[in-house]
Amino acid sequence: MTLAEIKKLLDADVIVGEDHLNIEVETAFGADLMSDVLAFATHGCLLITGLTNPQCVRIAYTLDIAAIILVRGKRPSDQAVQLARELGIPVLVTEYILFEACGKLYQNGIVGCIRKVGEDVESCRK
Amino acid sequence: MLNLAESKGQFEAGFPVKGGGFTDAGLVSGRIKTVLREKALPENIIRRAAIVIFEAEINIISYAEKGIISCSTTPDLLIIEAIDEGPGIVDIELALQEGYSTADDIIRELGFGAGMGLSNIKRYSDEFEISSEVGKGTRLKSIIKITWGI
Repeated sequence: MTLAEIKKLLDADVIVGEDHLNIEVETAFGADLMSDVLAFATHGCLLITGLTNPQCVRIAYTLDIAAIILVRGKRPSDQAVQLARELGIPVLVTEYILFEACGKLYQNGIVGCIRKVGEDVESCRK
Repeated sequence: MLNLAESKGQFEAGFPVKGGGFTDAGLVSGRIKTVLREKALPENIIRRAAIVIFEAEINIISYAEKGIISCSTTPDLLIIEAIDEGPGIVDIELALQEGYSTADDIIRELGFGAGMGLSNIKRYSDEFEISSEVGKGTRLKSIIKITWGI
């Protein structure tokens, strides 16, 4: 799916990255625990989270995450927006809760960046 | 950046990290990542290094007074060292267990402190060493083997 399709599906606002909506995404990881994002998210995936601080953007940059989807209508801090612009990371905001956002994406073909813990190491090392 | 020595594409740099500097968390990781990209290291190696450095940064910020993270490369290896002055780790084996954490609420509110840090560093390293002296500080070393041309 493209980010443009995801924006439509989740009725999302684009906070950063209006000109990057043609990016194609196939996988996602959803969590509010940044430690777990660092542990399990893989490059090129969507990060679906309720965490809005600049660290979330830095982690996205560290892991080469394609875009951040903020759920539950959470607006990113000004600092986070500025950083996302600098680092070129698209940020979208949806009013849907995490479960609904993930469900809608899954129904439309987006799958987990890993399915189970233990499958992550190999995928990152590739 | 404290120092920068370059020869034939190899790289060595050290970055200070301040304890309690939560707003800067991830800054050193991002900077080193940018430099490693300029050196055209393989993307998967850069990503693994960035994760290791991010976790090491969070640990220093969360627990220590101050520290230094250094990163250097040889043609075959990427070496990351994080040395801090802080309380040290009483039981390293326990600290390495996933889910074990002594993080306080400030750290947890930022989304960290889930007890994944050290195990993550180990997970993404090819070689990993840690030593600590209670009341003095902690030193960790992560070596990632560079595999070219994948």
